[in-house]
Amino acid sequence: MSADIISTVEFNYSGDLLATGDKGGRVVIFQREQENKSRPHSRGEYNVYSTFQSHEPEFDYLKSLEIEEKINKIRWLPQQNAAHFLLSTNDKTIKLWKISERDKRAEGYNLKDEDGRLRDPFRITALRVPKLKPMDLMVEASPRRIFANAHTYHINSISVNSDHETYLSADDLRINLWHLEITDRSFNIVDIKPVNMEELTEVITAAEFHPHQCNVFVYSSSKGTVRLCDMRSSALCDRHSKFFEEPEDPSSRSFFSEIISSISDVKFSHSGRYMMTRDYLSVKVWDLNMESRPVETHQVHEYLRSKLCSLYENDCIFDKFECCWSGSDSAIMTGSYNNFFRMFDRNTRRDVTLEASRENSKPRASLKPRKVCTGGKRKKDEISVDSLDFNKKILHTAWHPAENIIAVAATNNLYIFQDKVN
Amino acid sequence: MAGAAGPGTGPVAAGGDGDDSLYPIAVLIDELRNEDVQLRLNSIKKLSTIALALGVERTRTELLPFLTDTIYDEDEVLLALAEQLGNFTGLVGGPDFAHCLLPPLESLATVEETVVRDKAVESLRQISQEHTPIALEAHFVPLVKRLASGDWFTSRTSACGLFSVCYPRASNAVKAEIRQHFRSLCSDDTPMVRRAAASKLGEFAKVLELDSVKSEIVPLFTNLASDEQDSVRLLAVEACVSIAQLLSQEDLEALVMPTLRQAAEDKSWRVRYMVADKFSELQKAVGPKITLNDLIPAFQNLLKDCEAEVRAAAAHKVKELCENLPPEGRETIIMNQILPFIKELVSDTNQHVKSALASVIMGLSTILGKENTIEHLLPLFLAQLKDECPEVRLNIISNLDCVNEVIGIRQLSQSLLPAIVELAEDAKWRVRLAIIEYMPLLAGQLGVQFFDEKLNSLCMAWLVDHVYAIREAATNNLMKLVKKFGTEWAQNTIVPKVLVMASDPNYLHRMTTLFCINALSEACGQEITTKQMLPIVLKMAGDQVANVRFNVAKSLQKIGPILDTDALQEEVKPILQKLGQDEDVDVKYFAQEALSAVAQRLRKLDFPAKDSEEPSAPGADKNHFLRPRGPGEDTGKFVPLMSRHTQSERLGWFPRRQ
Repeated sequence: MSADIISTVEFNYSGDLLATGDKGGRVVIFQREQENKSRPHSRGEYNVYSTFQSHEPEFDYLKSLEIEEKINKIRWLPQQNAAHFLLSTNDKTIKLWKISERDKRAEGYNLKDEDGRLRDPFRITALRVPKLKPMDLMVEASPRRIFANAHTYHINSISVNSDHETYLSADDLRINLWHLEITDRSFNIVDIKPVNMEELTEVITAAEFHPHQCNVFVYSSSKGTVRLCDMRSSALCDRHSKFFEEPEDPSSRSFFSEIISSISDVKFSHSGRYMMTRDYLSVKVWDLNMESRPVETHQVHEYLRSKLCSLYENDCIFDKFECCWSGSDSAIMTGSYNNFFRMFDRNTRRDVTLEASRENSKPRASLKPRKVCTGGKRKKDEISVDSLDFNKKILHTAWHPAENIIAVAATNNLYIFQDKVN
Repeated sequence: MAGAAGPGTGPVAAGGDGDDSLYPIAVLIDELRNEDVQLRLNSIKKLSTIALALGVERTRTELLPFLTDTIYDEDEVLLALAEQLGNFTGLVGGPDFAHCLLPPLESLATVEETVVRDKAVESLRQISQEHTPIALEAHFVPLVKRLASGDWFTSRTSACGLFSVCYPRASNAVKAEIRQHFRSLCSDDTPMVRRAAASKLGEFAKVLELDSVKSEIVPLFTNLASDEQDSVRLLAVEACVSIAQLLSQEDLEALVMPTLRQAAEDKSWRVRYMVADKFSELQKAVGPKITLNDLIPAFQNLLKDCEAEVRAAAAHKVKELCENLPPEGRETIIMNQILPFIKELVSDTNQHVKSALASVIMGLSTILGKENTIEHLLPLFLAQLKDECPEVRLNIISNLDCVNEVIGIRQLSQSLLPAIVELAEDAKWRVRLAIIEYMPLLAGQLGVQFFDEKLNSLCMAWLVDHVYAIREAATNNLMKLVKKFGTEWAQNTIVPKVLVMASDPNYLHRMTTLFCINALSEACGQEITTKQMLPIVLKMAGDQVANVRFNVAKSLQKIGPILDTDALQEEVKPILQKLGQDEDVDVKYFAQEALSAVAQRLRKLDFPAKDSEEPSAPGADKNHFLRPRGPGEDTGKFVPLMSRHTQSERLGWFPRRQ
């Protein structure tokens, strides 16, 4: 079922909730089980907490366009009261959802008895005020606000500002700034649309707010560059204040250079000092203070460089892989093909390839590192480049903000792995 | 019928042994949980009725506990509930029991919806006044402390608004605690709470002892004004106004001014914008001496700020700033320290800055007097009248009256005319509409002769504009002009031209004649209407286009009250009867409508004694052409970006760039 394909994964700020969105416009929220003495293994297990239909397919009659219900991004809001809030977006419309619990129910009517039978209105001798009785926990998801009609192109990113009152949404050519309580207006802060669309050379691929500085945001482009903007300096941020770009190595230039250098995701580290960008073959870590080149470059699947031609033909070269930081910023994770995903330890410079699959791993068993054979003789346990399954791609992953728990979306399956607890 | 009846439609006859007066209340209580929001809302709005029926005891022990847990409901229901509870003291047994209202309001003060929280805080503030000093410390202050140390920031933000109401009535020990709580909220981790604290800082300062203001509020103010988030810093500017009012000039200079100077040069344009936006308040709060030494130089910088939003906000304040300067020396200050910067802004690169300036600059002429206006301001006005942006020209034209009083409008008329003509022919119909609305004002100031020579033809041209809204406004404009210049003028200049259009080949123009007659007949009076207009209307009853014919019927109904009995009986009635037999249903309908109106009128005229009962003729239709305008209301929360929306909507707001 293609509607079940997971299109985004996101932990909330505490890590106790995990939200996924899928192609069918649904949002599923998982809640982490509390520590339980009778079932020691249940710690860290995530169970379904709430499921709701966030977006429906629509048709834009003015432009004769179908609007898919697919959830492109989910972002949690910092918790403000007992309820939880998240933003979900498809290509055009952003929605703010409230997820709340209810464990009490009012009982007792004046005009009906306990069984729902109507009482004779002439025989009411006393007034009853409803009383609250405990009931089974009920989780409700209700749409609180709908932010629509601000994007001409497809929304690729949403990001909540650290001021807790605004957020940005980015499409291919523009970035808008919204107030979380105001749905009928937004500010356009970046616009890279050329007057003449034939002169279009690059598009915005992702955008994110700085985790602490409410005035700073970055956006990445299809040309492999990242621009950092400071909202303090001007109301319109068409002019960036920093420009991150790595000079191209002329020796490796090819027909595909431009396509594979396009950045598919950009993420600030939790500390706010670094940011990470993902392009087709690598993931790079940048120090915000150095614009000329990244401080780290990790190869994700360098062995695909020789296969770019066929990846171009089957469109895989346009896949948009996302990336994420560990809670302490010491490790990073991103996806690959064949249900493989990669983790890089930034301190030890070690990396590992792991596989998310039901066949090759059992619950509560450790994952075995996987290796892809690049030419020469294939060793035992290795897999040859030619036998990789390009339909099994891991585009979306998420890392618990405080613990080593990760969520990996492999097409329509969600895997949650955690560090071995001894 | 049982169960189906709504509130207020109780049993018709009393039967059985129940008390039928309870029935409507029983329905109201049950509908507190109805699935239909509207019914729930209705019940909540009648909460006092329910409470009254239950009595104070049951309200306290049963109704309020139930309401405390009703915070799952829709915002509008919660909002209504929060509002109701503010006036509930009498219904729970008076001031001695006012504290019973705290639990439901406390839970409402933690919901995520700002409007509901704000309303809950407002009601809490109201109720705090009804507490005795003892009850205040026993119940209200603990509530404030609970909210202030709550886990979620919604409760802490709500607490910020409650300190100032309980502080004046608390004992000294409790006062110290309250100050302590406020201090900690000012350095809360979440910017939401710091913002709430910053926005209540001024209010809290006002109820504090002067010593505490100096020793505690000023450091808090300084900290908030240098917060890492500009959304917090900009709120400190507002607090500055209240704090400045409390301090002596000396303290002000030493304690507040360094921070204010810093804010005026803040790295973030939003903070500088706030300084510009609050400039008049700041100016009043700091007094004339500091204004001259500090604020004027700061204002100069804001007028040449690198961000257009800031320049526009400052430009808006030019007139108020000048007005509020001390009269002696005012002229010199304006001429030497303000005017040079204004001159720069007249040719600003940003049209919103120019139009902001144009909306206030004319006001300077009354302050500067005739000579200065002619020598220094007039060249600026003339330049603005030639500005490429229609909004700038419109803003100048709309404020002409200020200049008229000082130097007379003739000085401007040479430049005015081309500007008006150009706006009158602007490609955007909204611009044309705007200039039409100023026509009566211009006509009054320029005089009838100038008008006839230069502007009359424009007014007639609008009658055949291809946009209906313009034609409609043009007819309304004619009516206002006639009121200004009198019927004789109308008869000579307007009416003949309007009537000629009755035989225009375009039916839309023919209809415009009818619309003009509708608008003009009252102003022109019975004679012109009967002798000149009526024959044309009647002739048009034979028009081949049905739309024209039914508008004839409508016009006849409209002008009927102005005509005398003879004309109605002899001329109008037969034509309407004929139209009443028309093959077109709409014509028939409107003819019959008109006919019955005319018949009624004739009856009334036959019995003049009854005339007094009739509301004096067609006055009710005077406002026919007026339609509501103006931007929608806003909540004023999104500071200062919100004000960008309302004041210069196109700047930065996405439709600008479609």
